[in-house]
Amino acid sequence: MALCRWRVMRGLASLGPVSVVVLVLFGFWYLAAVWLNADWARDKAARADVELSFSELVADTLSQDKPKLPAPHQVAVEIWETTAEKKVTSKRSLVYHGWITLSATLLGFGMGTVLGILLAIGIVHNRAMNNSVMPWLITSQTIPILAIAPMIIVVLNSVGLSGLLPKALISTYLSFFPVAVGMVKGLRSPDAMQLDQMRTWSASAAQTFWKLRWPSSMPYLFTSLKIGVAASLVGAIVGELPTGAVAGLGARLLAGSYYGQTVQIWSALISAAVLAACLVGIVGVVQRVTLRRMGMA
Amino acid sequence: MSSVAVEESTAPVISASGLSLTFETRDGPVHALKDVSLDIAPGEFVSFIGPSGCGKTTFLRVVADLEQPTGGTVSVNGMSPEEARRARAYGYVFQAAGLYPWRTIGGNVGLPLEIMGYSKAERAERVARVLELVELSGFAGKFPWQLSGGMQQRASIARALAFDADILLMDEPFGALDEIVRDRLNEELLALWARTGKTTLFVTHSIPEAVYLSTKIVVMSPRPGRVTDVIESPLPKERPLDIRDTSEFIAVAHRVREGLRAGHE
Repeated sequence: MALCRWRVMRGLASLGPVSVVVLVLFGFWYLAAVWLNADWARDKAARADVELSFSELVADTLSQDKPKLPAPHQVAVEIWETTAEKKVTSKRSLVYHGWITLSATLLGFGMGTVLGILLAIGIVHNRAMNNSVMPWLITSQTIPILAIAPMIIVVLNSVGLSGLLPKALISTYLSFFPVAVGMVKGLRSPDAMQLDQMRTWSASAAQTFWKLRWPSSMPYLFTSLKIGVAASLVGAIVGELPTGAVAGLGARLLAGSYYGQTVQIWSALISAAVLAACLVGIVGVVQRVTLRRMGMA
Repeated sequence: MSSVAVEESTAPVISASGLSLTFETRDGPVHALKDVSLDIAPGEFVSFIGPSGCGKTTFLRVVADLEQPTGGTVSVNGMSPEEARRARAYGYVFQAAGLYPWRTIGGNVGLPLEIMGYSKAERAERVARVLELVELSGFAGKFPWQLSGGMQQRASIARALAFDADILLMDEPFGALDEIVRDRLNEELLALWARTGKTTLFVTHSIPEAVYLSTKIVVMSPRPGRVTDVIESPLPKERPLDIRDTSEFIAVAHRVREGLRAGHE
């Protein structure tokens, strides 16, 4: 109870500094919006042959249809209109597009996690895999995802696979790597004494794995999952770009840039960031609960 | 009783002859053990003492089949160390308790039993019995972090006893504990040894600990690791802590110290 109250107090105490930082960021954002959009406002005024006062100039920069940098309130209004005020099945709803991206993200993240764990198990238990696979994993991540994503989409399309799975595969491609690297480290985290101890009991490799290596690797797994889930979202968004922008947050970004709809681009960007923060947050909660129950937190 | 039976009953549990182990390192070979010959009879409490690098831990690890000797032979219960390990002939207590934080004390003590395929009922029965032996009854449901260092090490001894091996190998099990806790655990270990009659091999840095606990003290010296003296203790089996102030005790401790000094020259 006391602990709980202390946590709440600590939470409130950190609220002050956090809100100061947020306010400062918004301040900079507004200043930047005025500065970047002022040229267009002046051009317009010059063509209409009117003289703008300073307050009129500022008001104009913060309410343009296609500003170079939309002001925060414009983005907020756009997000509100495309989430709360649209049916979720509407093509103009951000929730609809967010769900398209989220489903690809989650499928890709799941496959990437399984693939990463399997690779790590192979690397830890097999000398040949340890020597041969790791360099390939690192090479795979040096290829820019923007270069390889269109090829994956096109190749899979030509064999009849389209929609969710190709995007999920790009998510997999990005998320398996942190999981594999983290799990190799995690499965190797038991020290020599703990492994000797297993040997004194003549434990099999499978017993050593399930009773020692796997539980020991949990803190490493969750750290990797946090990176992996964020990378999955990036993968899903990138995977939506070459499909001709049918649906998804990536499609909103692309469509926005086609038509100069900067407000739409920014609202999709902010939504993607919020989605990523939520996903990482959920993994973090699962991590805390699991590790506390295991006595490792 | 036939003479054969008498001979069997006194046959050594552990017998090493001409045992050598050389580690190849980048700076050349290191002779961890050189020509060590030693017999240990059933029920003995044997301490190995010497400075670091004298091979006392290495000897224990060879017996446990954790290291392979490069020369000589060693037998455990008449078998090779590997056969003895597979036959679960010994329990090994390491310097650190090494309890798993995600398992309760009962779960930790039962871990080797799980690995060895004991039934759930038998596991519970054995865990309860060995926890009582180390005076940790009632702590089965606690997690390791809820116990002091000394209690954790007692739990690790219980774990080594759980599967009824008749040899107990202990590698500086109390090295990381403070002296007061160490004294108590030494007393309890002696009582445990008297009750169970297990052949115990005990590696230590401490002269009083070695003299207090042992029926036989093996003094070793480094570079190359070898046995410089084997002392049969004249102390009685009943040993209260204040036996350490008696002249016999001091005489044995003196001889150990002399052996250690001789090995250094």
